[in-house]
Parts: sequence; C-alpha cells; structure tokens
Amino acid sequence: MTGAWKKSETYRAIRAALYDSNPISKQILGICSSLAVTVKLSTAIVMSLALTFVVAFSNLVISSMRNQIPRNIRIIVEVAVIATLVIMADEFLKAFLYDVSKQLSVFVGLIITNCIVMGRAETFAMSNPPGKSFVDGLANGIGYGSILCAVAFFRELLGSGKLLGFQVIPDSFYAAGYQNMGLMLLAPGAFIMIGLFTWLENTLLGD
Amino acid sequence: MENLISIFVNSVFVGNILLAYFLGMCSYLSVSQNLKTSAGLGLAVIFVLAITTPVNWIIYHWLLAPGALAWAGLPDMDLSYLKLILFIAVIAGIVQIVEMVIDRYSQALYNSLGVFLPLITVNCAILGASLFMVERRYSFSQAVVYGVGSGAGWALAIISMATIMQKLRYADVPKGLQGFGIRMIVTGLMAMAFMLFSGITL
Repeated sequence: MTGAWKKSETYRAIRAALYDSNPISKQILGICSSLAVTVKLSTAIVMSLALTFVVAFSNLVISSMRNQIPRNIRIIVEVAVIATLVIMADEFLKAFLYDVSKQLSVFVGLIITNCIVMGRAETFAMSNPPGKSFVDGLANGIGYGSILCAVAFFRELLGSGKLLGFQVIPDSFYAAGYQNMGLMLLAPGAFIMIGLFTWLENTLLGD
Repeated sequence: MENLISIFVNSVFVGNILLAYFLGMCSYLSVSQNLKTSAGLGLAVIFVLAITTPVNWIIYHWLLAPGALAWAGLPDMDLSYLKLILFIAVIAGIVQIVEMVIDRYSQALYNSLGVFLPLITVNCAILGASLFMVERRYSFSQAVVYGVGSGAGWALAIISMATIMQKLRYADVPKGLQGFGIRMIVTGLMAMAFMLFSGITL
C-alpha cells in the first residue's frame, strides 16, 4: 500500500511541491507580496489560506479548460481566471473577517501578480488533467504557506513576544532585562529572516 | 505643494515600494546581477508607473468608485470590486505599448531587457502602487507624484543592489549563504538604511 502510494504521480507532485522545490527558497519567485503580512502570525495564516485557495482552484479551472484555450491568448485567460478567484477571496474576507482583511490591505489583491499562481497555471495546469492540477496547486499553496508562517512565527515571537496575539514570553523575562527586538517588526527583519532560512536550508540539505 | 514633495520623498525613501512593502521582488531578484540591465529595467518601471497610476486613478474615480457613475444616471452603483481586474488589464496594455516603443527606438535596451519586459505586467510594484493609491485616497496630482516616486524608489533600490552585487563578487561569503541568501541579507541592510530617512519631515 505504502509502496504503491509512494510510486503514484500524486505523491510525486506533492513531494516536488513541498520538498524538492519548495516555493520560497528554491523557486525564489513567490516571495513577492507575501513578506509584508508576516509581522503577525494570524495575518500570515489567512494570507496562506487565501493563496492556497486561489492557486488550487485556478489550477483546477485552467486545467479543465486547457484544451479549449487558444495558445496565443492563454496568458489573458489565465489572468482573468486568477483575478476572478482573487476577487472572490477578497470579498469573502471583507464579509467575514473584516479586521484581518483591513490588516492585509492591498496584499490579497496582489495575489494576482504572485508568480507562483501564474507559474503553476502556465507550467503545470496547461499540460495536466484537472485532478492532478488541483492537488499540485494545493501542495504548492501549502508549501508557500509553511515558509510564510515560519517567518511570521519568528517575527511575532521575537518582535513582540507574542504568538497569535497571546503573550508567550513570561513577564519575569522582561523583569530580568529581556527586550523585544524592534527590528523584527520592521521590513528589514523579514529580509534578514528569509536570508537566514535559506542559509539553514542550504546547510542542512546540502545541494 | 509641500504635501506633494513629502509624498515624493516618502515614496522614494521611507515608504520605498520594494524595501518597505516588498513589492516587485521577482524582477528585482532576477535582474539585479547587471548594472546596465538594472538601470534599464528601473527606467522602464518609472515610466510604466508614471503612466499606469494616473490612468488607473481616472478609471477608478470615473467608473468604479461608489457613486462614480452618477454622470451616467447610476448614482448607487459601486463597482469598486472590479478594480483588481481592470487595473491589471490597463497595466498589461500599457506594458505592451512600452515594449513596442523600446523595440522601435532602442534595440540594445530591448535585447538586454528581453524576457523581463513582459514580466513588468506581473511586477507586483505596478499593481501595488495603483492599489495603494486607491487605499490612501490620493488626489489626481498626488497619484501622479506617487507613481513617479515609487518608480524612482524601485529604480534606486535595484541600481544600488546591482552595484553592491558587483563589489560582493570579491567577498568571501559562507557557502550556504551564497546566492539567494546573501542577497536577502544585503537587501535587509539596505532597507535598514532607507528607514533612517523616516525622521525627515517636510
């Protein structure tokens, strides 16, 4: 059972997305537009869910239309599908999670220009059947989300001593002279965090 | 006027669209190896932003904003949810025109930018500037200044990065940090330097 599962194409697609070419460090492209929401863990989680939704369903829709889309105008069709899904996600957040959607500000809209979504549609969905494309989108979204949440985890923990809004660094630490690292709340913190993550990954996994 | 100058300075330095809002990273990371290409792409981005931000302002305020269609007898219409899809369409069209103009007048620049010009369409900085312009409720003149300023800030960031990368070739970077890692850390240090401008008020 496990052996058969390990050989299946779905498993390979998931493995490729989550491990072999995890979006942020290996493909580099997906980090546009994502880092600004990593000051807090909660916004990063919502952003990851929104992106996973968009990339999975855009893969599904584009893949089921792939034989009907003329080659020359495929980019426009892809952008239209992605933009529609992003508008749906954006309106949903405004309706049910208004506070978070205010904090995410323009960054949900910017999923349209996220290179992962476009890249998966172009390289995977255009040449694979719908079911496989959907799984590929799901796995890519999760792979991207895991990095985003990891960055947000450390930025919120080190920057404000909290996780998901709850204080985790005990008061006695502060009394003993511990201080929050203000740099982590500013933009440079995210760049440096990503740099260090890449270093760790390269050192642990080798090339 | 002072307001406009402060928007300009803010969008170039403190609120730099790349270093403070992380927009336009894809092309920034893929092009910043070469000074000449970076400068070319920087100019292209300034140009595209200076056109798309005002054009999108007009589209938003005359067609999409709540009550904007009053001139057509539809005072209750609110089409603002369509802004994402219309903005991206406008940007794609304008980038196409810029590409044709550069192709016609500067073959050398066209050859060096090659694949990256179409990438400007999906450059988050371009769409991001239009969305920020709506969110911050800029007036038309403010939108023009903001567009040029963000473009200039982006160009400044990518040109500085290209220069630093040339010097960095002689540095002995730890093995795991080479390539992508060191560039992110250098970008972080550069972002810190840009933040120092935040004390300036005009």
